[in-house]
Amino acid sequence: MMKRWQAVKRLLPLMAMFALVLSGCGREDLSVLRPQGPVAQGQLDLIKLSISIMIVVMVVVFGIAAYVLVKFRKKKGQDKIPEQVEGNHKLEIIWTAIPLLLVLVLAIPTIQKVFAYGENDWNDPDAVKVEVTSHQFWWEFNYPDYGVKTAQELVIPVGKKIAFQLKTNDVLHSFWVPSLGGKMDTNTEGSVNYMTLIADKADTYIGKCAELCGPSHGFMEFRVKAVDDATFENWVAAFKAPAVLPEDPALAEKFKTNCLSCHAVGDQGGAMGPNLTGMGSRETVASILLNDISGEPGSKPTKDNLVEWLSEPQAVKPGNTMPNPKDLGFTDQEIEQIADYLANYKLDY
Amino acid sequence: MDWLTTVDHKKIGILYLIAGGLFFGIGGIEAILIRLQLIKPMNDLVSAQVFNELITMHGTTMIFLGVMPVIFALMNAVVPLQIGARDVAFPFLNSLGFWTFLFGGLLLNLSWIMGGAPDAGWTSYTPLSTTEYSSTHGVDFYTIGLQIAGLGTLIGGINFLATIITMRAPGMSFMRMPMFTWTSFITSAMILFAFPAITVGLVLLSFDRLLGANFFDVAAGGSPVLWQHIFWIFGHPEVYILILPAFGIISEVIPTFSRKRLFGYSSMVFATILIAFLGFMVWAHHMFTTGLGPVANALFAIATMLIAVPTGIKIFNWLFTMWGGQIRFTSANLFAIGFVPTFVMGGVTGVMLASAPADFQFHDTYFVVAHFHYVIVGGLVFGLFSGLHYWWPKMFGRMLNETLGKWTFWTFAIGFHLTFFVQHFLGLLGMQRRIVSYLPNQNFDTLNFISTIGAILMGVGVLLFLANVVMTARKPSGVANDPWEDGRTLEWSIPSPPPEYNFKQIPLVRGLDAFWKEKMAGNKEMTPSEPLGPIHMPSPSILPFVMSLGLFIAGLGFMFSTEEFSNSFMSLIFNKYIVMIVGLVITFAAMIARSVFDDHGYHIETEELEGEGKA
Repeated sequence: MMKRWQAVKRLLPLMAMFALVLSGCGREDLSVLRPQGPVAQGQLDLIKLSISIMIVVMVVVFGIAAYVLVKFRKKKGQDKIPEQVEGNHKLEIIWTAIPLLLVLVLAIPTIQKVFAYGENDWNDPDAVKVEVTSHQFWWEFNYPDYGVKTAQELVIPVGKKIAFQLKTNDVLHSFWVPSLGGKMDTNTEGSVNYMTLIADKADTYIGKCAELCGPSHGFMEFRVKAVDDATFENWVAAFKAPAVLPEDPALAEKFKTNCLSCHAVGDQGGAMGPNLTGMGSRETVASILLNDISGEPGSKPTKDNLVEWLSEPQAVKPGNTMPNPKDLGFTDQEIEQIADYLANYKLDY
Repeated sequence: MDWLTTVDHKKIGILYLIAGGLFFGIGGIEAILIRLQLIKPMNDLVSAQVFNELITMHGTTMIFLGVMPVIFALMNAVVPLQIGARDVAFPFLNSLGFWTFLFGGLLLNLSWIMGGAPDAGWTSYTPLSTTEYSSTHGVDFYTIGLQIAGLGTLIGGINFLATIITMRAPGMSFMRMPMFTWTSFITSAMILFAFPAITVGLVLLSFDRLLGANFFDVAAGGSPVLWQHIFWIFGHPEVYILILPAFGIISEVIPTFSRKRLFGYSSMVFATILIAFLGFMVWAHHMFTTGLGPVANALFAIATMLIAVPTGIKIFNWLFTMWGGQIRFTSANLFAIGFVPTFVMGGVTGVMLASAPADFQFHDTYFVVAHFHYVIVGGLVFGLFSGLHYWWPKMFGRMLNETLGKWTFWTFAIGFHLTFFVQHFLGLLGMQRRIVSYLPNQNFDTLNFISTIGAILMGVGVLLFLANVVMTARKPSGVANDPWEDGRTLEWSIPSPPPEYNFKQIPLVRGLDAFWKEKMAGNKEMTPSEPLGPIHMPSPSILPFVMSLGLFIAGLGFMFSTEEFSNSFMSLIFNKYIVMIVGLVITFAAMIARSVFDDHGYHIETEELEGEGKA
C-alpha cells in the first residue's frame, strides 16, 4: 500500500508541473511564463522544449523506479540469493545513446538562440539606444539619441528594437525584465554588455535587479513602460521641457541647494541621484512604494509615498546613499511641501 | 585529551562528524531564519543587512563546514576499512586536516559575535566584497576562515589519494575497489585540483582588502570578472566534490539492501571519472549572464549538457541493481531510494539551466535555488543520511532505531519537496534570489508560505535524527560484525566498532565485493594474507591541534592588522603584526618539533592481539 502511495507521490508533482506550464501563470507584466516580446517568447519556447524532454526522462525513470520498488521488494520467506548480474552491455549502450540524442535535440536550438540573442544591435540605425547604468540601488536610463536621461522608469516605443548598453557605477547588478526577456549583468567599465529587447504591446512591465548588490538588492526594481510611437515622442518632448520648480521661492531655493546637488529636474541639477523629472507620473516612489496611479492593490497616493520616503529613506531602502532630509535641515512641513510639489510634477504625454 | 591528540582515522571520523554536525546545525538555523523572513511579503523579522549575512553564512557554512566534514567523516570511517588498511597513509596529517578545518570554521563563525558576518553572498563577487562596499570585517572572516579550513580539506584530499593508491589490501586491484572508495578517490583528486584555485582567489581577495592590492579593482586595472572565473573554476568542481561521495554511498547501500551486486560496475567507475573530468570544463555556465559572448556561452552550454550522459548511466545502473533483487526498506535504503528520483529532478533542471538562452531567464532566480537544493540537499544530504544510517553500527557498534529512522526520512523528504519544489515556480514567476523581501500581489505569497512550512518540517526531520542519535548512544555497544547481514565489502568482516588496528591480519581480496564472495563460498571470515604478527601503530600527538591553533591566531592577527583600535595596547599588538607573528611562530615551532623529534610509534604485540580475539 505504502509503495503505491509513493508512486502517486512521485507523479503528483509531475502533474502539477504540467498543469502549471500548460495553463501559463503569474502576472502578465512579470512572469517568465507569459512573455510579452519576441525575446522572452523565444526563451520560453526553449524552456518548454527542455521541460518536455525532461518530463519524458522523469516519467521513464520514475516508471522504472516504481515498477522495481513494487515488484522486487523482499517477500517473507524469500531467502534464496538473487542472481548476481554483472551488467548488460546492450542496455548500457542504450542508456548512453538515448540521453546523448536528447541532449542533441536540446543543443541545436540552444546554439541557434545563443547566437541570435548574442547579436549586438547597438549600431543598428532602427534601434532605440538606451544606456543603462546601475547604481546602489536605482537604475539610470540614458537615451543618447534623444538627449534624455531618466531614472527608475524606462519608457520605450512598442514594437521597436531597444538596444541596451549595460554597465554599473558601483557593484555588479543584473538587468532583468522577465516578461520581455532574460537578464544581463551590468559589469564595470571594460566589460560593458549589450542586449536587445522588444515589447509587443503597450503595457507597464516590472524589471528587477538579479545580482546581489547590497542590503536593498531586493528593493531595486524598475518599471518599463511600453507606449506607441506618438506617445513616446510626446514623452521625450515633455521630458525635455524646462524644469518646473516649487512655487514658493524660499522652498525652491532650498530645493535647489539641497536636492538638486544630486538630483536633476528637467535641465537643472546634478546626476548623482535619480532624475526626478515628472515624479508625479511614475508608478512607484523608490521603486517599492506603489503610487495610486499604478492601480495595484495596496498602492497609496503618490504624495504619501513621497513623504514616507523623504522622512526616513533608510527605513524604505536600507543602505542607500541618500542623506536624510531632516539631517539637511528640512522640517516636516517642508518635506510635506516638497512631496506635494513632486507628486504634482507630472509629464503630459 | 584523548580526542585532542588522536591520530586514529575512526576517531577523527567521529570528530569530523561531531564538528560537521555542529556547523550543519548552525547552517540549518540560518536556513530556517531565512525562510521565516520570507514567509510573508514585506516581513521585517530580520534587517536587510542581517539577511544578507544569513544567506552568505548559510551557503558558506553548509558547503564548507556542514557537508564537506560529514563527507570526510564517512570517508575517514569507511575508506581504510573498505580497502583493508590499518589507517590512512598519513595519520598525523589526517589529524592536522581536521584541526585546521575546525579552527577555520570557528574563525568564520566568530564573525557573528565579533561584529559583522560576511555579507557578499557565498560567492563573494567583487566589487561588492571589497572594503569599499563591505566595510565590516565580514569578508575578512570569509577569506581567512576559508583559507584555513580549505587547508584542512586539501590535506585530507591528498591523504586519501595516497591512502587509496598505496594501502589497498593484497588482491584489491583498482577495478575491485568498492564504489564508495572509488568516489572518495575521485573526489580527493578533484579536491587536489580545485582547492588551490579557491585558495589563490581568497589570497588575492584578502590582499585587496587588507594590503590594498588591486587585483579586482577596475580603476587600477583589475577585473571583477576575474574573481568570477577563479571562484567558479573552483566552485563548479566543488559541487561534484560534494555529490560524488553521495553517488558512492548510494552505490553501496542499494546493492546491500537489494542483495545484488552493483549493476554495471565498470561503467559506474568510468561514469564517475567522466563526471569529474567534465566537472572542470563547465565553470562558465555560472556566468552565462556575465556577458562572455555567444561562442563561450555555446561551448559551455554543450559541455554542461554532456554531464547528463554519465549521470544518466549511473541512475539507470542503480535502478537495474534493484531489478531482480530482494529490496529491504531500511532507513538507510529509504534515503538511498529517495535519493534517486530527487537527484533525477535536480539533474534535469540542471540540463535546463545549461541551455544558455533559457538560463538568461533562470539565472539568479528561485529556479536556480530550487535546482541546486535538489542536487545538494535532495542528492547529497539524502546520501549522507543514508550513509550515516548504514555505517552507524560500524562506527559506533550500535544500531540506530529503525522506526525513528523511517520517521526521519518521511518528515525530511516531504518537508524537502514542499520547500523546494514550489521554488521552481517562484523563479519562473519572476522572483529573483537573495532578496530580503518582496512586494505582495506578485503571486509569490502562497508559494513562499508553503516553502517555509516545508523548511520547518525538514528541521523536524533533522531533530528526529538527533533524537535517534541520543537514544542510540544510551544503548550498550556491540552489534554483530555484519549487522545488515548482506554486507558485501571488507568493513563488514571485522568487529563493530573495529579495534584500533582494524584488521588483525590484512585480508586477501579475491574479487569484487570481497566479503560477499567469501560468504558465498561458505567462509565466515576473510582469508588472511599475512601471518599474525605485531602491529605497528602511530603515537597520538597534540601537535596538529597546536599548529592549527597557531594558524587561527595568525589569521585573527592578520585580519585586524588594519583595524583602528581605541585601545593603544590592542593597536600595538595588531597593527604591528605582533599577534600574527605570534600565531605563525606557534605553528612553525610545532612544525619544527614534529621534524626534529623522531616518533617511532608503538607496537601491539601478538599475545595482546590473540587475547582480544578470544574475548
